[in-house]
Amino acid sequence: MNFKAIDNILEKYNHHHSDIIGILQEVQHIENFLPEGTLRYISRKMEISLTKIFDIVSFYKAFSLKPRGRHIIKACCGTACHLGGALQNLDQIQRILNIKEGETTADRMFSLETVNCLGACALAPVVVVGDEYHEAMNVGKMEKIIVACRQEEGDS
Amino acid sequence: MKIPIIIDGHLVQVDKGATIMSAAKKAGVFIPTLCYHEALKPYGACRLCIVEVVQNKQRRLVTSCNYPVETGMEVLTDTLKVSQMRRMIVELLLARCPEMPAVQTLARRMGIEISSFKIREAKECILCGLCVRFCEEVVGVSAIGLSNRGTEREVSTPFEAPSDVCIGCGSCTYICPTGCIEMVNDEKTPGMRSMNMGNLSLKPCPNDYKCTTCDIERHFIEEMKGAITRFREKFRNSTEL
Amino acid sequence: MNKIRNILDLKKIKEQTLNKRESQKIILRTCNTGCRARKSQKVIDVLDSAINEKGIQDTVKIIKTGCHGFCEMGPIIVVEPESIFYRKVKPEDVHEIVSQLTEGGVVERLLWSDPVTKGRIPFERELPTYKRQKKEVTYKCGRIDPVDIEDYIAADGYSALGKVLTSMSPEEVIRTVIASGLRGRGGGGFPTGIKWKMCSEAPSDIKYIIANGDEGDPGAFMDRSLMEGDPHSVIEGMIIGAYAIGARQGFIYVRDEYPIAIEHLSMAIRQAEEYGILGKDILGTVFDFNIKLNRGAGAFVCGEETALIISIEGRSGTPRSRPPYPAIEGLWGKPTIINNVETFANIPLILSKGSDAYASLGTERSKGTKVFSLVGKVQNTGLIEVEMGTTLREIIFDIGGGIRKGKRFKAVQTGGPSGGCIPITRIDMPVDYDSLREAGAIMGSGGMIVMDETSCMVDVARYFIDFLMYESCGKCVPCREGLRQMHYILENICRGDGEEGDIETLIEIGQFMMTSSLCGLGSTAPNPVLSTIRHFRSEYESHIYDKKCIAGVCKNLFEYFIDAGLCNGCTLCRLKCPEHAISGEKKKPHLIDSSKCIKCGICFNSCKYEAILVK
Repeated sequence: MNFKAIDNILEKYNHHHSDIIGILQEVQHIENFLPEGTLRYISRKMEISLTKIFDIVSFYKAFSLKPRGRHIIKACCGTACHLGGALQNLDQIQRILNIKEGETTADRMFSLETVNCLGACALAPVVVVGDEYHEAMNVGKMEKIIVACRQEEGDS
Repeated sequence: MKIPIIIDGHLVQVDKGATIMSAAKKAGVFIPTLCYHEALKPYGACRLCIVEVVQNKQRRLVTSCNYPVETGMEVLTDTLKVSQMRRMIVELLLARCPEMPAVQTLARRMGIEISSFKIREAKECILCGLCVRFCEEVVGVSAIGLSNRGTEREVSTPFEAPSDVCIGCGSCTYICPTGCIEMVNDEKTPGMRSMNMGNLSLKPCPNDYKCTTCDIERHFIEEMKGAITRFREKFRNSTEL
Repeated sequence: MNKIRNILDLKKIKEQTLNKRESQKIILRTCNTGCRARKSQKVIDVLDSAINEKGIQDTVKIIKTGCHGFCEMGPIIVVEPESIFYRKVKPEDVHEIVSQLTEGGVVERLLWSDPVTKGRIPFERELPTYKRQKKEVTYKCGRIDPVDIEDYIAADGYSALGKVLTSMSPEEVIRTVIASGLRGRGGGGFPTGIKWKMCSEAPSDIKYIIANGDEGDPGAFMDRSLMEGDPHSVIEGMIIGAYAIGARQGFIYVRDEYPIAIEHLSMAIRQAEEYGILGKDILGTVFDFNIKLNRGAGAFVCGEETALIISIEGRSGTPRSRPPYPAIEGLWGKPTIINNVETFANIPLILSKGSDAYASLGTERSKGTKVFSLVGKVQNTGLIEVEMGTTLREIIFDIGGGIRKGKRFKAVQTGGPSGGCIPITRIDMPVDYDSLREAGAIMGSGGMIVMDETSCMVDVARYFIDFLMYESCGKCVPCREGLRQMHYILENICRGDGEEGDIETLIEIGQFMMTSSLCGLGSTAPNPVLSTIRHFRSEYESHIYDKKCIAGVCKNLFEYFIDAGLCNGCTLCRLKCPEHAISGEKKKPHLIDSSKCIKCGICFNSCKYEAILVK
């Protein structure tokens, strides 16, 4: 846990209770997820009950209490993507990586999440890997992308 | 400043800003509730206290626990529409908690033996939120809270771990209408009192077993149990529908 | 950087920026927001290098713009001054484009061509998809650099604000907005001016104004495009609104899933502060106003105004009952106006054109224009803007180019999870608030999803209920338990376990939820189910009684088979089948073994001869 970094974020927001959501987002950006210890620390420092913080992190789906992979795969399940076969793509990704939605591969390389519409509906069905958007996704393309990620890691 | 309104034909004068429910109480009109408690801020979650309001020639259904009265308002607490809505609420709750006696009693009073809806997973908590709200608003420690969202919303402690702020006051078990939170005395460890709700928390003695309060604790628990039983009797008898 | 101290300074910047453009003979408007998903950033980088290599950077300018609207054709480059429209531009096409710039020609193969006549249309204004549109609110999207405030000012940006702050009273502003007939563009359709009047009359020293950019309706990206492509129009609308109601602090709540919108709005706010458009003594008046950006955190329910307010206060987004209405008692108990970002983007137009001119567009009770995201099974998917009252037929067939792959129109879904599906029988209805409501749908925020014969309407209803079950806050019994029961029933129907009485139960639960839920999410949740039952009841009945899904979506209720007459034995399906359920020799008709088939759809979607059918 990076106490210094967390303290900096709390300072930036002046410890304002109403900014707790923004604070948690910035902390998660540094730590990749929100460990229990970090949340207890924030609860103590900001004097917000841990119960309230737990309510917030379990209510808002942007937050993850479990470590996430280095490459986060987000399959959009908006209406246009659903009609375009998003579920078939999701099945395929689950088959290739052998994990279910919401899970992370054992080597911590990939996490699979679903999103309820990324607003890129003209490109449906959309899958985002890291920061890259991939349009008109189909099962063939998905396999290529995963292979490419693995190769990239292998090279570096 | 007093405002005149009519409830089920009775004329009452109530303070500006008062809720329909307080006006009904004044008029001696009974409205059933589940998530309402006079010590807590109105919550509006169970919807059982729904009534019909006629205002400016328009009729609408509103929850009486939190809807403010207005001059010229006419309230009808027992129309066909209202009883249909209340019936649906109870049917849905019975499908959610088919084995909880309090819910079964509520249903039976409306002539419902088994819910006509599908039962997949029998739960115990009706999510009235009384325990959580009491712990936050009255006791002030927020040992338990709500987590998750939608159909997965539930009452729990942070990380479903034993709470380290619970003071073992027992308010949650006292106020729970279905009895799914119980207070249990651990005979082996004096002073050890736990609130059990499925896998929920455990609170060790706040005095670290260093004083003689444990005997008082035992008596206290007996008295608490008595008070809870009396309260539940009163509750069962009062929810006439 | 020039601090703008008064209207004259504003005019000076406009003049200076326009003068700078004089020397730029050629301008390349390239989309760099939505088209980033199609690598537009790479196209722009290569374009920039090519221009510099050729040494023409003094006369040729690239403007990185927001969404042009014709998303199907992205990445898009429009070459001014003739407005030559290049579509689906790849990095390798750039050199040819650049060489044609100096030679005065066009790259034929990059022009849009009519799918039927194959004729090429070079000019943006003549493209059929744009001809029927009326770009007012989204006019600047695709034309200006969204993160250059001087570009916005050169396009008359902030002139409405100048007029308001120096020559109009707050009451006059409100009267103008009421007279314009503007109704909330977020879905509710409540008259904006009336809401502003209520709030301005609420007694309080502190008031707040909030822009709702939490566009959660799946299939909708109008607000995304506005926030990315013309963020200053939202800011200008908010400042005018704040002046009208007496607020000194504003918030823009943006979805977490829109990183470019967050980036562009942050930059726009910062620039507005640097130039003195936000902060103290705006444009030399005594009016102070600041805007803070709040990010959402993945909760659709936070698009509901009371939940949004609670989220800004730092809590879980559980809506609360009304009254009290936010306009009287909102954020931190103070009078608060919440409007959708598109509503705010209309405000500068109304104040500069005047309410009469604004109200000359649209219908009797639905004034102005509406931005829609036209997606799904249409040819020309993208962002469109039309006059209220335009018919569905015009939108889907003229602007949208009709159904793709030669399939038949089945339904169009409007209003997201609060809306409904409209069938072919209503295709000539005008699109306005009241007509949509009467048809069992709603305007909603503007998502318009077109479906063809391969869409199952029962599956669509199930999809929306699943979505809402997950997104509901879970507080009140009617919504939480009602959605749960609807989900069980629809799941059963789609699995082949539907029963007599299921349709009636869905209707009963739906009507109950509409009248007794705590908030708008619960009370409109039944709409997709009720509207599909109303217009497509026979599809429900064939699922329940015949155990058949004719659209080929519900896996247990159909089978794939290969039409021997159409199959030419190319073996593609056999090779791709993950379960090895297809057999056959090369150049001979293939066969699917239904006992092994898992209905993954890979063969159906891969077959180039459409030889795989559904029964």
